Amino acid sequence: QEKTVTGKVTDLKDGSPVAGASVLVKGTNTGTQTKEDGSFSLNVPASATTIVISHIGFAPQELLIGSAPMKISLVAANSSLNDIVVVAYGTRKKGDLTGAVTAVTTKDFQKGVNNSSEQLLQGKVAGLQITSGGGSAGGGSKIRIRAGASLNASNDPLIVVDGVPVEGNGIAGSANVLSTINPNDIESMSVLKDASATALYGSRASNGVIIITTKKGAKGKIKLNFNSTASAGIVPKKIDVLSANEVRSIINEDAAASGNNTYKDLLGSANTDWQDEIYQAALGFDNNISASGSIGKIPFRVSLGYLNQDGILKTNNFKRLSSSLNLNPRFFDDHLAINLAVKASKTNNRFANEGAIGSAVSFDPTQPVYADNKYGGFFEWLQPNDTPVNLATRNPLALLELRDNTSGVNRIIGNVQLDYKLHFLPDLHVLVNLGIDNISGDGNDNTDPIAATNFLTNGRYVYYKENKKNTLADVSLFYNKELTSLNSKVDLLVGHSYQDFLTENFNYPAYGADGVLIPGSEPAFATDRPRFRLESYLARLNLTIADKYLLTASLRRDASSKFSKENRVGYFPALAAAWKLKDQFFKTSSFISDLKLRLGWGITGQQDGIGYYSYLPVYKASNNTAQYQFGDMFYTFLRPEGYDPNIRWETTTTSNAGIDFGFFNNRITGNVDYFYKKTKDLLSTVPVAPGANFVNQITTNVGNMEIKGVELAINTVPVKTANLTWEFGFNYTYNKQTITNLLKQEDPNFKGIEVSGISGGTGNNIGKHFVGYSPYTYNVYKQVYDPTTGKPIEGLYEDINRDGQINSDDRYFYKKPAPDVLIGINTQLTYKSFSLGLAAHGYFGNYLYNNYFSNSGVIRSIKNPINFIGNASANYLETGFENNQYLSDYYIENASFLRLDNINIGYNVGKIFKDAASLRLAASIQNVLIITKYKGLDPENASDSGVDNNIYPRPRIFSLGLNLDF
Amino acid sequence: CAKKLDLYPQNDLTPETTYATADGYKNVLAKVYGGLATTGNTGPAGSSDIQGLDEGSQSPFIRGFFNCQELPTDEAVVAWNDQTIKDFHNLKWSSADPFLLGMYARPIYNITISNEYLREATDDKLASRGIEGAEADDIKKSRAEVRFLRAFNYWVMMDLFGKSTFITEDDAIGTDLPAEIGRADLFTYIESELLAIDADLAPAKTIEYGRVDQAAAWALLARMYLNAKTYSGADRYADALNYAQKVISSGYTLRPGYAKLFMADNDKQKDEFIFAVNCDGLKTQSYGNTTFFAHAAAGDDASSKYGVNGGWYGYRTTSAFANLFADKTGATDQRALFSNLGNETISDISNFGQGVQVRKYVNLRSDGQPTSDVQRNFADIDFPVFRLSEMYLVYAECFLRGGGGDKATALEYLNKIRFRAYGESYGPGDVGRLTDFDLQTILDERARELYWEGHRRTDLIRYGLLTSNTYLWPWKGGVASGTGVDSKYNIFPVPATNLTANPNLTQNDGY
Repeated sequence: QEKTVTGKVTDLKDGSPVAGASVLVKGTNTGTQTKEDGSFSLNVPASATTIVISHIGFAPQELLIGSAPMKISLVAANSSLNDIVVVAYGTRKKGDLTGAVTAVTTKDFQKGVNNSSEQLLQGKVAGLQITSGGGSAGGGSKIRIRAGASLNASNDPLIVVDGVPVEGNGIAGSANVLSTINPNDIESMSVLKDASATALYGSRASNGVIIITTKKGAKGKIKLNFNSTASAGIVPKKIDVLSANEVRSIINEDAAASGNNTYKDLLGSANTDWQDEIYQAALGFDNNISASGSIGKIPFRVSLGYLNQDGILKTNNFKRLSSSLNLNPRFFDDHLAINLAVKASKTNNRFANEGAIGSAVSFDPTQPVYADNKYGGFFEWLQPNDTPVNLATRNPLALLELRDNTSGVNRIIGNVQLDYKLHFLPDLHVLVNLGIDNISGDGNDNTDPIAATNFLTNGRYVYYKENKKNTLADVSLFYNKELTSLNSKVDLLVGHSYQDFLTENFNYPAYGADGVLIPGSEPAFATDRPRFRLESYLARLNLTIADKYLLTASLRRDASSKFSKENRVGYFPALAAAWKLKDQFFKTSSFISDLKLRLGWGITGQQDGIGYYSYLPVYKASNNTAQYQFGDMFYTFLRPEGYDPNIRWETTTTSNAGIDFGFFNNRITGNVDYFYKKTKDLLSTVPVAPGANFVNQITTNVGNMEIKGVELAINTVPVKTANLTWEFGFNYTYNKQTITNLLKQEDPNFKGIEVSGISGGTGNNIGKHFVGYSPYTYNVYKQVYDPTTGKPIEGLYEDINRDGQINSDDRYFYKKPAPDVLIGINTQLTYKSFSLGLAAHGYFGNYLYNNYFSNSGVIRSIKNPINFIGNASANYLETGFENNQYLSDYYIENASFLRLDNINIGYNVGKIFKDAASLRLAASIQNVLIITKYKGLDPENASDSGVDNNIYPRPRIFSLGLNLDF
Repeated sequence: CAKKLDLYPQNDLTPETTYATADGYKNVLAKVYGGLATTGNTGPAGSSDIQGLDEGSQSPFIRGFFNCQELPTDEAVVAWNDQTIKDFHNLKWSSADPFLLGMYARPIYNITISNEYLREATDDKLASRGIEGAEADDIKKSRAEVRFLRAFNYWVMMDLFGKSTFITEDDAIGTDLPAEIGRADLFTYIESELLAIDADLAPAKTIEYGRVDQAAAWALLARMYLNAKTYSGADRYADALNYAQKVISSGYTLRPGYAKLFMADNDKQKDEFIFAVNCDGLKTQSYGNTTFFAHAAAGDDASSKYGVNGGWYGYRTTSAFANLFADKTGATDQRALFSNLGNETISDISNFGQGVQVRKYVNLRSDGQPTSDVQRNFADIDFPVFRLSEMYLVYAECFLRGGGGDKATALEYLNKIRFRAYGESYGPGDVGRLTDFDLQTILDERARELYWEGHRRTDLIRYGLLTSNTYLWPWKGGVASGTGVDSKYNIFPVPATNLTANPNLTQNDGY
């Protein structure tokens, strides 16, 4: 006897019908799918009590069969275990992951203006640190996954776009390679953190991997999307300098006291705020249109985007014209799937002369902007013979207006993947992936002949050009088999990969405005073509037993042209296991909806950031300005270069233990991970015994470093009703990075390696790499303070070693630039058609060296010894210092902060144009506010060394956008 | 596929291709000489020979040598705050000093590339590469020159650090840690090298400009023998006098116009220069060769008086040194190239406006023509390492110290120097002419004639005056009125970084 169950499945979010949802009688194969209108009708045995409704992208629901037609609202799953996550060389269901992987997809991206792809990830992923280099339009970011494993080599993660590991280094004419990718084309970004997830990328994986996947075509009717954003950026905070009146009174008092009127006579009568002169409101417009659907049987997606973004520093502008094409046809009964993905972009940068920022804060505010002179009418400090004072600060506005550095960068990232499922053995696929990443950048850096900086050579006009060509050929075999008898699943990957990276540098001399070559600017070589190649074999086995136990084993063999034959080959293994505790112990629990334990271990390598040929003995020719005269001839040098014939990759061993959890039907989901990374054979730059090589420092494999960390990510849906949804996500990362060895042989007198150069003086360093400390730990004198006023006493430091004198032995280790704790917060409130979102992130335990205070917080900055007047930091009023005290710990400041990155409001207008289209409106504020004790401009600093000087302020951006689907 | 991984840089040469032709040898020879004039392969900076230090201030030879030889004495003080630079005049440096790290690294670097050249320039290798005839003869000569340059760099190590890392062409690159050599052994080694190359060097004044000849080796021997007691504990005044005389007899003459010796076209003064480091504002650019002298001593008057586009407001001298001139104005003794004489007293060492400004090295040409760098950043002035005057003064001092010779000749030599100094005369009433002299006269005359040429520290040590309380100058030992310091400061410490990198090295006493 049977009965009929009917009902309708809708999306809780907007009540729209869910088509194609699976309706199954629990524990049987009896089932059906919902129709276009979400309805279903199913004949079930009379004994059936429960049905299970599931659909990709929604949390499955179990319901008791009732008599009336059932109404089922499915909840979009924030972290549905069935979501497909892109991993190294393939995809996996989120629920089956064995490694530490966080995927961020379109629905998670920050709304509002996102000019760069990496900003989509900001604050979203535990263990990921993204720090924009400053406010420059199109500027780059520092990306660190789990703090980076290296000291002197690169700490940048590997970035893979649609299966093509791309060139991560900068190129002439582009501040940021990722800025060439339009964020609107990105479908998902997977952040691979532990070695078990990354080890398939072998020798490039120690710093983690970010896999970017672009949007693909979807079968069906052609859908168009148009979105447009207009934005205005302002300078949120200026550097606190003295006003013109303060400078005047300081100089006047000083003159009255000393009777010396040298500086008083130089004072001007203007009141100029030089920072106001160099900054502007930055307008930006971003328009994107895309179409996806099928033409005939071929699913496609095309997009076109145009961004025009001003920087807040005058003259700075970034334009990006981007397009993408994805074709995903299938042939031979779906046995051959082809994925073609091409992203082409043209970016045009006008770089502002960022030296103007430093000039603006140190230029005399009593002087006018303009003056009657031959230097473009900009006021400049001149010598009696009317030439500019050599070392004086240059007019900040002139630095901007009289220099035009404009570049164009074209980039094509393209690949075609041929995935062939063998007819005679459908369990076996062959995947061929052929990819290119070609970048060509060129530009002109022109300084006007009337500029005080370059009048001697009648201006300076120089053309620059660089190309990068990266080609990839991968062949992989995938074998999937369900072993039903053993209740197991096996999938196996075996592959070969070959990648070639070619850089072409073109070198040009500089010319004056009259076309006369500027002597000494001729390059030694017109071109240079550094190149490296990587050849790899890789294998991975995934084993799923009883849908509860997951095992992954992988191995990559890399051979790199950067190392000698003997050291060229490296093996990078990884093992991982996961145990679905939910299915083992809590199968029926409605409280625990997911519980999985993951354990991973692996070895990865790192070879970026070192020379391409550093194992080879070579002689290099000098350029035309480094020659020696014999007789009447000048002879170019041929210099033997230092080399390390035994250089090889550094290797990082990572262990990771994690738990993925979900409670209350996945209303609360998240994960906790503990990791321990140990890098040995660090590529460190260390002193060489004098005379043992042609260099006194060499980058070689010496030293060890360890990083321990804990990561926690929680995503919750505290409120979920028909009209109101509140989502809240939080992530927390704790990292501790310690150098454990830096020497080839023990030395009790070893004092560390000086790092972190500062501005001011010449060659001053504020930090050290030292065993037992975090990299770049500050090494400073301990300031003594006046007990009554609390002010630092100039030049008085504690005699740390009590030997009666203050010298470099009294410098001590005090704080470090790297944060102990990172947090990210994001929340979204949706009420009917309105939505409100917030995102914030913070660092704690990080310190900065306030180089602006140390360099400019002295009277010397005003009364410059080179006989001109400058401006000082307002910090001078605190210290009253005469001379710079660069190495005082007074300038090491706590730079912990919490930044509210983004507030956005959206309104879903719904159907317009007689239901032909749907419209969504959005408004957002970025960089809303920052809470910190740090006294400098911005506590978030992109330098590893933690030296804060001359930062381009990050703008606060107000934007309005509309999104139209039709 | 494996072959595809053997990649080679486009523009670099292998050691084999470098030395395939005689031209290649000459380019490496240029580097061995150039190690004294430049800091790397890109002028003025950009690909330093010495890493991890400030290229312009800590890796150059001339600037580093000047900091070590002049800043600890009465001849120079510095206003800047660059790291430990003030420790030099304060006579209180430590083994962590980055300037000393650079000044240890520079001569050793020059020695390392000298050794590389010598390894590749053997007769066997030349023959195997088919280089013969006149080309091979010239390379053979250059081999002796390179041995001279190596000996000179070792002399610098012996003088400054009292010991040295010791490497020769027999020590291959990248194998064993180098050994250390003590002061007396180093003295013997340098002496034996200089004597051994005598036959292979070109006779005095016969080789192309810029390259060294026999007279250079004799001049270095004379300087070493003069200071033999400091270096090896035994007097060698007779040898010093002999070698000074050999140089004097080789046809050098003093050129009229002392100031011209240090101007942009001082290559015209080669009759008097036994060995000079060639600098050029366009082709041999560095922030640490004579460019440094012209800028560092200049203030507002850089453009008009120093021939450079701006002053660095840093180095000047003390009143103690200026007072060695009876007439500091330069009106009589033209070597008193001073200004700012109204502010002789230094109360704040960081104030460039205090102290006597020195205008010895100026990037202006004596013929009034423009210098080679139109932007006037970089100087054309060559740096004289050995000049005839020094040999005259060595003769006179060795005579007094029992090295033989005769008083009349010594007096004649001293008066030649003074005749030129007073403008081809002895000044009004012959005030410039010496009729008698003692050791103090020689020391003072050396200061007046050779100041800022890198002699003063060695001289004060020879006279026992550098660290003692006997002779004080403003800010000696970090005190305005001057004070004596520990005698350990007669030798610089071996930089701690090097001790870490090479356990074969040992520290000097007291550090």
